[in-house]
Amino acid sequence: MNRLNVSLPGLEMKNPIMPASGCFGFGKDYAKWYDLSLLGAVAIKAATVSPRFGNPTPRVAETESGMLNAIGLQNPGVEKIISEELPHLKPYGIPVVANIAGTAEEDYMEAAEILSKHELVSVLELNISCPNVKEGGIQFGTAPEAAARLTKMVKKVSSKPVYVKLSPNVSDIREMAQAVEEAGADGLSMINTLIGMRIDLKSRQPVLANKTGGLSGPAIKPVAVRMIYEASQAVSIPIIGMGGVMTAEDVIEMMLAGASAVAVGTANFANPYACPEIIADLERVLDSMDVSHISEIIGGSWKPCKTPSLSR
Amino acid sequence: MKRLNLNVVSQVMIADNIFELTVEGEGVESMKVPGQFVHVRTGEGFSSLLRRPISICDADTANNRLKMVYRAQGKGTAWLSTRSRGDKIDLLGPLGNGFNQDVVEAGGKALLVGGGIGVPPLYYLGRKLAQKGVAVSFALGFQSSKDAFYIEKFKEIGRVAVATADGTIGKKGFVTDVMDKFTAEQPVVFACGPSPMLRALNHKTEGLNAYYSFEERMGCGVGACFACVCEAATPSGYVKICSDGPVFKKEEVSI
Ligand SMILES: Cc1cc2nc3c(=O)[nH]c(=O)nc-3n(C[C@H](O)[C@H](O)[C@H](O)COP(=O)(O)OP(=O)(O)OC[C@H]3O[C@@H](n4cnc5c(N)ncnc54)[C@H](O)[C@@H]3O)c2cc1C
Ligand SMILES: Cc1cc2nc3c(=O)[nH]c(=O)nc-3n(C[C@H](O)[C@H](O)[C@H](O)COP(=O)(O)O)c2cc1C
Ligand code: FES
Repeated sequence: MNRLNVSLPGLEMKNPIMPASGCFGFGKDYAKWYDLSLLGAVAIKAATVSPRFGNPTPRVAETESGMLNAIGLQNPGVEKIISEELPHLKPYGIPVVANIAGTAEEDYMEAAEILSKHELVSVLELNISCPNVKEGGIQFGTAPEAAARLTKMVKKVSSKPVYVKLSPNVSDIREMAQAVEEAGADGLSMINTLIGMRIDLKSRQPVLANKTGGLSGPAIKPVAVRMIYEASQAVSIPIIGMGGVMTAEDVIEMMLAGASAVAVGTANFANPYACPEIIADLERVLDSMDVSHISEIIGGSWKPCKTPSLSR
Repeated sequence: MKRLNLNVVSQVMIADNIFELTVEGEGVESMKVPGQFVHVRTGEGFSSLLRRPISICDADTANNRLKMVYRAQGKGTAWLSTRSRGDKIDLLGPLGNGFNQDVVEAGGKALLVGGGIGVPPLYYLGRKLAQKGVAVSFALGFQSSKDAFYIEKFKEIGRVAVATADGTIGKKGFVTDVMDKFTAEQPVVFACGPSPMLRALNHKTEGLNAYYSFEERMGCGVGACFACVCEAATPSGYVKICSDGPVFKKEEVSI
């Protein structure tokens, strides 16, 4: 019996794990390391209508239990992604989450319309939370009205379910979650990176050429868990949880907080085998918790009556 | 390329804060190409997540032994320098595309130019080229005598000219001040060092076939994250240092 399969709008996953957008390219680099068909799904790097070169380097910096990145949405553009990148994913037969970004509403709509038509794309993930590009979508990610408007417009043109990727750089995550749910979002994914900075003592300047960057990795996990916990109780659409997941225990924690599936980002850099190793370890953790199927634990930290009795 | 778990054989400080780390184990047999690098995990647990790229300085593929020479400067390399015999090193490799030795034929001439911690990969390259019957010369640059390493070992392979910024050994100045006698022989040039050195070198290699190894901060090290991107004269307008490089023909990449 498969104890790990989860089902979300547009995503029938044999296990709840997918690599997070931007941390796995378009899949072919890591396909040299392991068989991608082991994954529950794959989220590809943000696509924009036109190609983007991205920010100057240095684009990454290490931080305690985390990292900063300011890649700047570099990608070859929707057309090339379709002709040169997506076909590589076909043999693995796993659902594909297409992350899209843009500057104006029209950019998102155009990218959404084209990508959602593609046979290999299972769902769209609207990136309204990239902190590294001025006008890179974050303007939609911090104002509930703008996020809702964009979600509505994309929903109109998309032939596949739409997930909205939320930014943690807001004061009330529930408000954002509810706004996009009302606008028709089929799911949420959260969290994107937190805005941070590191300064080099020698040069006395920020380490990143972009000065600020997005903080990811285990350092942000408690923030992600708290936000998923809050948002999942405020909406009824499912959540793809992410932020600092390194182990199978972290996956379970995200799901107890309210996530229905979990994305793994930064962990891939520390260990290219992070995703398959986490998947292989999930059953052990379920056994230790006396859980027969992983979907039982979704929202387990706040749903009444599913908490195991303390006598065990 | 694989994730390898290698045993530390020895760790020796060979110059001021410069360490030679020898490791051994399965997987080293695939490290055949000089200029390729390994992506080394530094630290335990999850406090230090980004691996450090370190060049293959020498590989004994028959005996599965790999040598790395590195400067302990920041947190990760400082941690690496505390590893000793009996410890394990977790690394990914070999990664990237190294120096193409086919561009110089047996009987031909090669000039290998290195600055500071760009010097190590030239040892493996020099050794391989000499084995093939190429006449190899080295132009090596260091800050000061206390930072210099491997000079005697390079002399076993070919002619060596050294420059130091303070003149404590070799000529006072930069590598570009000691290489004219070699460039006059129209060699193929292979270089590794910081970007200012490569820029200065570019004036000296006009008309010569030259290949440079580039440095950039890395995330994944395997081509997935777009951290190490550099503008280039390719159809896409860029290259990734980790997976397209780190070695490029000099005309290919804007320095
Ligand atoms: C292809 C390649 C081969 C290299 N080979 C060698 C070698 O053989 N010997 C050697 O001593 N050094 C080499 N370097 C440089 C080496 O990677 C850095 O010195 C090292 O990463 C610094 O780490 P740290 O922990 O000392 O510094 P920290 O300041 O703690 O590093 C913080 C972050 O910045 C990155 N970083 C800092 N400086 C550099 C740099 N110059 N290049 C790339 N990333 C950097 C680190 O990898 C880390 O992610 C190489 C670099 C590249 C790209
Ligand atoms: C190098 C890098 C690039 C990223 N690129 C994108 C992107 O293109 N689109 C996106 O929605 N999120 C992007 N993210 C955010 C991740 O998908 C994820 O939300 C975040 O890193 C938190 O998860 P983690 O801690 O597991 O990495 C990127 C993160 C990193 C580290
Ligand atoms: S370091 Fe990730 S693409 Fe080069």
